[in-house]
Amino acid sequence: MASEPGTGTIDPREAAHFGAQAADWWDPNGASAMLHKLGPVRLRYIREAIDRHWDGDPAALRPLAGKRALDIGCGAGLVAEPLARLGAQVTAVDAAPENIAVASTHAAQMGLAIDYRASGVEALNEPPFDLITALEVIEHVTDPALFISAIARLLKPDGLLILSTPNRTPASKLLIVTLAEGFGRIPKGTHDWHKFLTPEEVTDLLANCGLAVGDIAGIMPDPRYGFTLSRDLSVNYIMAAATVTNETGTRVAR
Amino acid sequence: MQRFDVIILGGGLVGLTLAIALGRHGVTCAVIDPAEPSHATAPGFDGRVSAISSASWKLFEAIGVAAHLDGKSCPIDRIWVSEGLTGGALDFAPDPEDGAMGFMVENRELRIAIDKTAQGAEAVTRFQPDKAIDIVRDDYGVTARLGSGAEIGASLLIGAEGRGSPTREMAGIPVASWAYPHTALVTAIDHDAPHGNTAYEIFYPGGPFALLPMQPGTRSAIVWTVPNDHAAAYLKLPERAWLAEAKKRMGDFLGAIRLAAPMQSYKLGYHRAARITDKRLALVGDAAHAIHPIAGQGVNLGFRDAAALAEVVVEGMRMGLEPGDAQLLARYQRWRALDSLSVTVMMDGLVRLFDVPGKPASLVRRLGLSAVQRLGPLKDRFMAEARGESGPRPKLLLGDTI
Repeated sequence: MASEPGTGTIDPREAAHFGAQAADWWDPNGASAMLHKLGPVRLRYIREAIDRHWDGDPAALRPLAGKRALDIGCGAGLVAEPLARLGAQVTAVDAAPENIAVASTHAAQMGLAIDYRASGVEALNEPPFDLITALEVIEHVTDPALFISAIARLLKPDGLLILSTPNRTPASKLLIVTLAEGFGRIPKGTHDWHKFLTPEEVTDLLANCGLAVGDIAGIMPDPRYGFTLSRDLSVNYIMAAATVTNETGTRVAR
Repeated sequence: MQRFDVIILGGGLVGLTLAIALGRHGVTCAVIDPAEPSHATAPGFDGRVSAISSASWKLFEAIGVAAHLDGKSCPIDRIWVSEGLTGGALDFAPDPEDGAMGFMVENRELRIAIDKTAQGAEAVTRFQPDKAIDIVRDDYGVTARLGSGAEIGASLLIGAEGRGSPTREMAGIPVASWAYPHTALVTAIDHDAPHGNTAYEIFYPGGPFALLPMQPGTRSAIVWTVPNDHAAAYLKLPERAWLAEAKKRMGDFLGAIRLAAPMQSYKLGYHRAARITDKRLALVGDAAHAIHPIAGQGVNLGFRDAAALAEVVVEGMRMGLEPGDAQLLARYQRWRALDSLSVTVMMDGLVRLFDVPGKPASLVRRLGLSAVQRLGPLKDRFMAEARGESGPRPKLLLGDTI
């Protein structure tokens, strides 16, 4: 598939699908209710990874102060805003201009300074970041390998990458596509199960770009809390990756 | 406009304790209350006392309130529950290593201690005396215009205004309530024999007669529950006649008794908000639920609200969520709903069981009490409830910071 300049791995149909939901995105009971429910569990994972990676104080309210963060596939800012509150200087990109419009307006209302761009990650010409998050994004792009290499280029050698995505298993097909979309808990057409990647496939793509997975956890639905972290990776997983360096501190790609 | 993380309406025992707990973890709070701060107005002993559960006490230790109560609280080492002076009895005495089951503290001392702790809390700003004239909660935050002219903003509004919470009413949250046909007569007595740090709850068909140990060891608070239509007559009795009536209920085991505080009376009621959250709003303490003061659970339920809400907000902010985030409020609602319901139902059941007159009911009560005494698990459950330990515990109630 030929990519237009600045769009890279963006799938225009995917972008249009999410753009159509933009206005509703911040309503905790609206079409993005599932993403809101996912918020606490994945943010807790991110926070723990941040403290591990930079040996931070778990009680600090702004552990990302002085750090630059990039959120890819930011939607209306459900992750970008928390990163900004944790003290980071945040750049956030999304394929759908409608999302960026909603996200910018919302951040301004919340008094948060976030640099929102309607752009693909490949076109981003910025100095490298301390932290990059790509949550529930890689399953929507046209070329995961190209996507990961763009991320690797934008990550500082001592940086941290957090990535989450659904696994490609019968369990994920049943829970995410058949049940969640079938019953309208997630808008229909959000996911194409065949594009889902297994943890091994993502780990391989990362290794090709000199990034190693340091930690991985499953995200499972839980009737009590919405979602919880689990050792079961079969539905959805979230991982923390960092640069593999040799003795001289340069990145080693496989 | 001055910005805070949370605005707390009501600087009473629960509201101010919550502010201190949040402030200890770096969460900025504005506390608005129409009354002068307690340190400016503290009166003499007014006879009002609270039974602080050991869990609430751990919260006080964790946030620095307990240090201001040094020598001002009396530990409850035993709880004695009986049917009249001759009927079946339950004796709750913990293992010595478990520590006290609770602490009796004069409300006046409690207010002063919490007030002093709040004065030393950097993150806590008090607008007192002041009141909110206009409050707006929308998708982006909470703004409040105060009587003093100040305008303040925050992410979350907390209603801690007590039973008649105007915030709860404005939010359109319905309240289930009923009044018991009972009045609590509250006072304190000095007695010749030491109480041995024992709380007595003696049940009569009209209602329970409770003796709660205070400092010094020869003073006890009385919470005497009587039918409403008897209350006026008891309140009109001259002191000697009143003491004679009290003696009929409590017997001679504490020796000669004298009144140590003015008599007060409270109609007993129960109410419970249908939900304790709304958009950018959380209710704590009596604004959320108030129960019959049997076993002194009311204020402890409020402290449990405060400990749970503080944990939810602090953990949420450490993840980058704002205090008023809908997911966090949902967690608070889930966490508190079951606990407060089970306490209210259990306490209500206890009141009703002991309030049914007649021989068959008395027999059931006697059998019930001795059955509870014999059934270890049920008794443990009662003990845990008195301590405030049942249900998933917020970290602050374990004496830990969050």
